[in-house]
Amino acid sequence: MNRTRPISGDLLTLKNEIEGYAIEYGLDFFPQIFEVCDYDTVNILAAQGGFPSRYPHWRFGMDYDQLSKGYAYGLQKIYEMVINTDPCYAYLLQANNWVDQKIVMAHVYGHNDFFKNNAWFSGTNRKMMDVMANHGTKIRRYMERYGQDNVEVFIDRVLSLENLLDVNVLFDTPELQRKKRSVDIKEMGAGEDDNFLVDDRSQALKAFMRSKSRNEKKDADPKAKTDEHEESAQKPLAKPTRDILGFLMEYAPCEEWQSDVISCLREEAYYFLPQRLTKIMNEGWASYWHSTIMTQRALDASEIIEFADKHAGVMVMGRQNINPYKVGIELFRDIEYRWNTGRFGKDYNDCTNMKDKAAWDTKLGKGKEKIFEIRKSHNDISFIDEFLTPDFCDRQQLFTYKFNPRSGRMEIDTRDFEAIKQKMLSQLTNFGQPVIEVEDANFKNRSELLLRHVHYGVDLDMQYAHQTLKNLYGIWRRPVNLATAYEEKEVIFHFDGKEMKVNH
Amino acid sequence: MDHPIKRDHARFRKIIKGKIRDNLRRYVSQGQQIIPKGTDKFTVPMPSIDIPRFKFGDKSQGGTGQGDGQAGDPVQGQPDPNGKPGQGEAGEGEGSKELDVELSLEELARILGDELELPNIEPKGKKSLKSTVDKYTNIGSSGPDSLRHLRRTYKQALKRQISSDSYDPENPTVVPIRRDFKYKSWQTKVQNENAAVVIYMMDVSGSMGDEQKEIVRTESFWINLWLKSQYKDIQIRYIIHDATAKEVDEQTFFRTRESGGTLISSAFTLCKQIIDADYPPTEWNIYPFHFSDGDNWSADDTKLCLDLLDNHIIPASNQFCYGQVESRYGSGQFLKDLMARYGQGHEKLILSKIKNKEGILDSIKEFLGKGK
Repeated sequence: MNRTRPISGDLLTLKNEIEGYAIEYGLDFFPQIFEVCDYDTVNILAAQGGFPSRYPHWRFGMDYDQLSKGYAYGLQKIYEMVINTDPCYAYLLQANNWVDQKIVMAHVYGHNDFFKNNAWFSGTNRKMMDVMANHGTKIRRYMERYGQDNVEVFIDRVLSLENLLDVNVLFDTPELQRKKRSVDIKEMGAGEDDNFLVDDRSQALKAFMRSKSRNEKKDADPKAKTDEHEESAQKPLAKPTRDILGFLMEYAPCEEWQSDVISCLREEAYYFLPQRLTKIMNEGWASYWHSTIMTQRALDASEIIEFADKHAGVMVMGRQNINPYKVGIELFRDIEYRWNTGRFGKDYNDCTNMKDKAAWDTKLGKGKEKIFEIRKSHNDISFIDEFLTPDFCDRQQLFTYKFNPRSGRMEIDTRDFEAIKQKMLSQLTNFGQPVIEVEDANFKNRSELLLRHVHYGVDLDMQYAHQTLKNLYGIWRRPVNLATAYEEKEVIFHFDGKEMKVNH
Repeated sequence: MDHPIKRDHARFRKIIKGKIRDNLRRYVSQGQQIIPKGTDKFTVPMPSIDIPRFKFGDKSQGGTGQGDGQAGDPVQGQPDPNGKPGQGEAGEGEGSKELDVELSLEELARILGDELELPNIEPKGKKSLKSTVDKYTNIGSSGPDSLRHLRRTYKQALKRQISSDSYDPENPTVVPIRRDFKYKSWQTKVQNENAAVVIYMMDVSGSMGDEQKEIVRTESFWINLWLKSQYKDIQIRYIIHDATAKEVDEQTFFRTRESGGTLISSAFTLCKQIIDADYPPTEWNIYPFHFSDGDNWSADDTKLCLDLLDNHIIPASNQFCYGQVESRYGSGQFLKDLMARYGQGHEKLILSKIKNKEGILDSIKEFLGKGK
């Protein structure tokens, strides 16, 4: 059954019109395909991360349940979905009115341009639609063979570690991987039989071959020790790794299909990572362009109120969290203005005459050039780090808040620029996730796994951490440890399959 | 064909129902948690079944926001990581902390039934009404084209071709002819409509406190749920009594607080009158429930009660249930009296002692465990 269909008629004409404006403004994008669908389909797509076909998992069902309810009760509505692929697919809700469709299309061209040009997306597999579908087929087949419950439980465990990614992996080219591995192998002094894996074959294939060779080894020597942990993993690690899924795929005592499942989920997690790293920029950029295209070109005079209403809805400020759309678009506009008027650099910063400063305009006119340059090379962290100014924070009424244990509520803490910037940066660090590294795969010389939480001042949620350790144990199958700090004390959590212990 | 996500959805529902079953005791003993929505839907709040991850503790983190106000002013509500407006991006969002799960009456009743291993109720022999239902469960060889069953038709054609040796595996073309056509067809089923009435009687004398009423409320909620799932048509009547009895609506039943003495016979008399007036026992499945703290005014009244039970109420009912809620003031004598008279294993009279909220589930099992 086809749940989506290509646009035609008026919408197609509109697409061509908007695409013309996008080209005129210098946006550089993948071929754009729009399809329309009903709200149920949009909910399905959104629940599946934008993709029409995913592996079977209850979590998609849960998200679908909530989205459907949200729509039915009128709490939320998804206007559009856009997927980072080449060609770039975007889904429009059939029931959108005309102005909505215009905004959404203009917005999508902004995303598309960002996907194509931003450096953090440079390594993305643009044929992800097929890859996801293949993962679905593979995992379905494993479920048939090994039982749905078994595979699902394993997927649950792997998903538990899905956020433990190493940003640098995004820039791993095959050559780089090869180099890294040969260095690792030398330092680890692993056996020769590892060398044949050092090439640019896909991770999945490698995982497959590795498990094959391991199984052969086992078969050849039935008296071999039953400890399945790879000898190589028992050598001290050359350096800690943050790519936990990658590590487990290589070294955990997994069956063939299990390594393959890890590899599938890891690939998908890394696919979504650039979007998590550029939320503010991506939404800001797309909003900047829908606003520009709509107000300067596409809007009919009769549509202006409706546009303003919808636009304001998207830009609404949150008291509890930063709206990435709002901060993003305002920051891009601010940068454009500053580079048009030359309000940056030593001369401007050192100027102490407030009158001069307020009227500062060198007629530099480099605003457009600057924002295009920024969208190419920055991610949210560097974007905020470099372009957030005290003026901007003031104008946007930004503040930080924290929990006041005495009143039992969240309270505004400060409007100090440095504090706001620090807070925003720390929230964006490592895409908002705690930094966790594999420190030792042979902890206490007992094949135990030691993870270290690199503590930057915020404790982990202990309940979640315990559950996560249990899931990790299910994959590693030997006791697992997590070194972290809790309430300003160094602690190591130890889970041996039966109980959780805390060692100070 | 449905989208595969419906299977994910079904899987999710299954997991959730499992969780509710595991925690049923908690839901039952905490009373209020399950909220009826309309006539046959319920909302069950439950902690989100997030996949556990290493993540930052919420409170120590704080955050950044936008808006006016000075240092020390409260930021309304709690931070909501999902508070995105209008449009959404693929693959983002952490999911909310609480799930509100919607269950139908049947689903919830089945969970209760599974957990307590309740037998289905065998309605009394006297069937009151009969109705017929048509269900498409059959396959026939004639019918309108719109009901043609394609798969069966082709299967039949394939069979015919194989048996007549006109099937060529190299060129597996199957062409149905008129004779192969199969149609969906219906079967008429006679269903017995069993009508049932539940009559709740509660002692609202001074010794029945709020906690005791809460127990009765919770218990009757689950009993209703089970009986509703068993009978298509069910009526519920409420009687409160102290020294006198009156019939009230549901609201009043659970809210009223009276004081004064207790004459249980007054309720039983009213119950008998209701049955006599509206529910001929030959046509109705009758379930009287009586809840009290066991204090009756006098031994004479108790005697009168036993009389009413023996001669009128018990013969008319499927079963008569007496639940005694423990209270600080009640003597609990009535249960002892009934016990002395009927013993534990009586056919149609069930006695149950409910110590506290944790005892509700066991008491429900005692009441409904016989399948009557």
